[in-house]
Order: sequence, then structure tokens, then C-alpha cells
Amino acid sequence: MLHIENLHASTAGTEILRGVNLDIAPGEVHAIMGPNGSGKSTLAHVLSGRPDYEVTAGSVTYNGVDLLALAPEERAAAGVFLAFQYPVEIPGVGNLYFLRTAVNSIRATKGLDPIAVTTFIKMADKAMDAVEMDKSMKNRSVNEGFSGGEKKRNEILQMTMLEPTLAILDETDSGLDIDALRIVANGVNALRSPERSMLVITHYQRLLDYIVPDKIHVLAAGRIVRSGGKELALELEASGYADIEAELASKGATA
Amino acid sequence: MTRTGSTCDLPRCSTCRLPSVRHADSHGLTAEALATLAPDLGGFRLVFANGHLVAELSTMPDPGSGVTVASLASVLATDPDRLEPLFAGRTAPADGMAALNLALADDGAFIHLATGAHADAPIHVVFCTTDVGHPVLASTHSLVVADPDSSATVVETHIGVGPLAGAACANAVTRVVLAPQATVHHYTVQDLPDTAFHLGVVDVIADHDSTFTAHTLSLGAAIARHEVRVHLDGDGADATVTGLYQPAGNQYHDHPVLVEHNTTNCTSRQIYNGVLDDHGHGVFNGRIMVAPAGMGTDATQSNRNLVLSDRAEVDTRPRLEILADDVKCAHGATVGQLDETAVHYLRTRGIPEPAARGMLTYAFATEMVDRIGPPALRAWAAQLVADRLGAVLGDDGPPPDANPDAGTGTGTGTGTGTGSVHTEEVTP
Ligand SMILES: Nc1ncnc2c1ncn2[C@@H]1O[C@H](COP(=O)(O)OP(=O)(O)OP(=O)(O)O)[C@@H](O)[C@H]1O
Ligand SMILES: [Mg+2]
Repeated sequence: MLHIENLHASTAGTEILRGVNLDIAPGEVHAIMGPNGSGKSTLAHVLSGRPDYEVTAGSVTYNGVDLLALAPEERAAAGVFLAFQYPVEIPGVGNLYFLRTAVNSIRATKGLDPIAVTTFIKMADKAMDAVEMDKSMKNRSVNEGFSGGEKKRNEILQMTMLEPTLAILDETDSGLDIDALRIVANGVNALRSPERSMLVITHYQRLLDYIVPDKIHVLAAGRIVRSGGKELALELEASGYADIEAELASKGATA
Repeated sequence: MTRTGSTCDLPRCSTCRLPSVRHADSHGLTAEALATLAPDLGGFRLVFANGHLVAELSTMPDPGSGVTVASLASVLATDPDRLEPLFAGRTAPADGMAALNLALADDGAFIHLATGAHADAPIHVVFCTTDVGHPVLASTHSLVVADPDSSATVVETHIGVGPLAGAACANAVTRVVLAPQATVHHYTVQDLPDTAFHLGVVDVIADHDSTFTAHTLSLGAAIARHEVRVHLDGDGADATVTGLYQPAGNQYHDHPVLVEHNTTNCTSRQIYNGVLDDHGHGVFNGRIMVAPAGMGTDATQSNRNLVLSDRAEVDTRPRLEILADDVKCAHGATVGQLDETAVHYLRTRGIPEPAARGMLTYAFATEMVDRIGPPALRAWAAQLVADRLGAVLGDDGPPPDANPDAGTGTGTGTGTGTGSVHTEEVTP
């Protein structure tokens, strides 16, 4: 499904990713943990095609195609979805209008007719119920004035409607109360299927109790420095990143 | 009207030294063509083709009702005494074009609201330039006279039937006179073909406790200069002067705005926003003048610009001239570009880049569309604005930031606005 090889990326002249290798098979859920500033969001942004990140080396193959050669909207049409760590506020653009434009844009690339407004509203109502989002959010501007948790739910709503095959969730759990965490996790679990893969970036073991990953990776200083099963999260929870950072520091000294 | 041998001596008007035409027919303007060029607002309507009334396309109230909607020429012919006081007072032309207008105009709209009269539906005045096979200068002079406690919405649309062989120039002056407690909402939608020239003046005299709004959409024409001057002459008068310009291609849209606070306790708001693309050039030249007698003035001015192309140009000159104490004045201007983070966010949801940019650009412009009160006009304007910006309109219900006060004259303050725009303050 997703094959990342020796990925190097920089922004504003600073190298952030320094050789990331990662393989995700169809149906698998992988979690990425790691210290602040280690490059987790950078990896997510590079996968989404953000123009201010430059890939300097390496490759990303997604379902056999060179993902890095696609425009952001083409990646979305190919089934890649990123739930942003910091969802963007878009004043003046209605939430539902935005969502419908997104769904219909992707349908158009598959030669499908746009969904009629009334049908779409029913679909959206159902999806909003699932993430327990207030219906008044439909006609508000995208994310404008939404609370932190409401923004995260809105990301999950979009994910539900767009039905991606590769969903990347960047700290969707931070800023959520206990109930919201469960709601978001349910939304994610509802999408789990043998042909869908997920990359879940988080700082907390808590989320991984709900969304049980197949593999956990630790990203530090722009590289995946450790991978393991779901028990790795518990280990990290207990010991923190001190060991890993010490290890990196000694390697850095000998390199 | 007096006729003097005045010629245009402003440098800006050198393009407009054109012969005028004096045909008294419809100039080929049909009802079908009109329906595609201007909205049906459901009220009385005057249609002028190249400065002359087209009676068969116009609908007027019965004589003797409290609302008069007629052609100025017909009133001049049948009831000149009625016009006498309106031309006896403040007619000294402020500039060459106004002088030229007074010299050449032989028709225009005459709208009179008797004391306490309310026009229910918007009164629509359509100025259409048509192709007559040679250059044409259409001059019109219109009057809106609102007696005490009366109210009306007046919509001027300036349109043309392309392609307009040779140069076509419309020179339209509208004078609005508000008596105490009168309310007039005035709209100008300028959607001329991009080959035409437009010169417009809305000159307003507001008596005490009257309410006036002017809302201008500058969309078409090669060169358009649309001026609004409001003289707040009576205590407690209120004016809201707003507009949107969106020059693209090689268009030039110039907006001189003057609000004079000549007496105590008047309030005014100036809000103009611009979207500038290609080689487009927009100008906001707004002035607030507070006379020595203007104590208790509350006036604001704001001008926000979204520049989409590095070849586009905007001149913003918000100016205050305050000669009184105890006044509250604020002004500000910003120039910005689309927020690239927002563009990317939309693209990650599958929306292609041009549509994403169109969506965000329209979101910026929508604030000025939402200010339009009459629903039929708002819907029409929304489509025109979206078409020109290459945006697709949604039909999921009301826009998210619809202004419930639209058209009531309670303007919003400065500094707030919609749109995903990275802005820079401009020091006036
Ligand atoms: N424009 C920029 N210029 C310089 N450095 C940048 C820029 N953008 C990001 N960085 C740096 O890149 C590094 C990685 O950032 P990133 O957002 O990927 O971290 P993260 O692992 O997601 O952290 P967190 O856990 O806090 O979300 C950080 O040190 C950040 O400061
Ligand atoms: Mg991050």
C-alpha cells in the first residue's frame, strides 16, 4: 500500500526528515510516536503534498504509483487523506458547501456525477451524528471559531465522507476530552477494512487503547529509530524518550 | 436644465471626447436581451438605452401615488416647476465631467417619494449602452428626492450589449436629496462590457436623522470611475458607503468617496473591498471631512484588498480631514494575498487548485455581496461576482456570514472581515 524509502525533506532550508523508511500493508494501522519537533507532522505534510516542503531524496510509492509526483488534489483523489494537527480556518466558506465540493471533486475524477444536494445533506447528517457534531456546524465557515475538539471532529467528519484508502491522522487525539476521544476512535475504527490503511500520529498510549495498531514506530530527529508491536507504546509511556535520545546522541558523536 | 458649451477638461476624460447620439428609439434593446443582462427586482423600472428612456421596457406607478418614478425629460416637459427647486440650489458642477453631464444630459430617472411614502419593492433604473455602430457618449442626470419619513431602495444597473463597436462612454450623475428622517438605500451594479467606459457620480444631501446607504459593485468596463459624495447636512444623519471592485484583465476601477460631516452627531461608515487580478488596477480614494461644526461625529473608513497577481495594482488612500473637536474617526487599509495554507487545505480534500483559489477569493468578496438587501439583487450579484472570479456558487443555503443587517444602514466596524487572506496594514 505505502512504501517510503530513504525519505529526506526540508523546509526553509532546514533538513527535517533524514532518511525515513516505512512500509504499510493494506488493512494495517501503524502508529508513529516521537518527541516534539522530531518531524512527525513534516512526514504527514510531505505525504499530503504541501508545497513548502521540499523532498531532497528518497521515494514514496503508494499503490504502485509515485506519490510524490502527484498534486495534493490528485493524492486526495487517489485516496490519501490527512487529518491536520492544526486544521485550517477558512472564513467565508460554508462547512457543508466545502465538504460537498470536496466529495464531488473526487467523484468527478472517477467519472461519477455530483451527488444531489438533498442526498448529500442526508449523508452529512448521518456522518455528523456519528461524530456527535452539532448540526449548526454545517453552515458555519470551515473551522472558523471552532473549539479545538470541534476542529478535530470536523476532520473526522471529512474523513468519513471522503472514505480514503490511506488515512493519516496527525495528533487527532490531542485536545480531545474523554468522550470525544472515544467518538473519534469509533469514527476511525468504523473505517478500518482490509483495503484501508492508517497512519496514526500520537503522543499518547490512551488513543492506542481504542485504535489498536499493528505496528508502532518511533520517529526521532527525522528518522524512524525504533519499531515494534503495540507493547512499544506501553514501554515508551513508562520510560519516555530519554533512552532513545541518549542512544541518538552517542551515535551522533561517533558518526 | 441649462445648457452651456462646456467641454471636458479633465485629463482622465480625454478618452471620452465622443459624439453623443440622440436617437429616441430602443437602440435594439429587447426585453429578452434585457432579461439576461439585469435582474427582475419586482418593482417599478426605468430602462434607458444610450441615455434615452425606452418606455416599452419601463414600468411606472400611476400618477398621483406617493411614489413617482418617471423619466426626467417627461417631468421637464409636463411639470417643470417640480424640478425648479432641485436645480436652483446646489447645481454648480464640482468638476468637468459633472459640467459636461449637465450640459449634455437630456434625460435620466426622476424618483420622488412623498412625505411618509414607502416604495415596497426596489426601484430599478437600468442604463444600457448598446452598439450603434459608432462611438457614443450617453449622459444621464437622475434625481432621487425623498420627502420626510419616506423610504425606498433604488438600484442602478449599468450594462451594455456588446461588443460595442468603437468607444462607448456612460456618464451618469445621480443626485439624492434626503429630507428629515428619510431613508434611501442606493445600489450601483456596474457590469458593462469590458470595452466600455463608465463615469458615475452619486451626490447626496442628507438632512437631519436621515439614513443613506450607497453600495457599489464595480465589475465591468475598461475604465470605470464611480464617485460617491455624501454631504451630511442635518444633525444625526447616517451614511454607509460601501463597495466592491474587482478589476482583472486591463480594467481600471477608480472609487473616489467623500463623506462630509457638516453638522453635529452624524455617523458614517465607508467600507470598500477590492480583488485585483491580472493587470487590473483599483483605486480607493476615500475622504472623511469633518467641518468645524461636526461635533459628535462618528466616522470610520476601511479598505481591504486581495491581490491575486503580481502585475495587479492597487492605490488605497483613506484620508481624514478633521476640523472639529469631540469626534470619533478611525480608518485603515490592508493589502494581502490568498492564504496558501488554506489553498493547500482545500486541495488535500480533493478540490483542484483553480477551484480552491476561486472559492477563497469568492469568500473574500462575499462580505460585500452579503451586504445587499434585496434577495433578487443579492442572488444576481453573487452570480456576477462569482463568474468574474471563476468561482462556483454553492446552493447549500445562506452563505455562512450573511449579514442580517444588510441594507438597514447599520454598518459594521472596521478591521473585521471574511476571507483567508494574509494581510499587511497600509499606513495611510
Ligand atoms: N518553516 C520552518 N523553518 C524552520 N524550521 C521548521 C519550519 N517548519 C518546521 N520546522 C521545524 O521542523 C521540526 C519538525 O517539525 P514537526 O512539526 O514535523 O514536528 P512534530 O514531530 O510534528 O512535533 P509535535 O510533536 O510537536 O507536533 C521542528 O523542529 C520545527 O521547528
Ligand atoms: Mg506535529
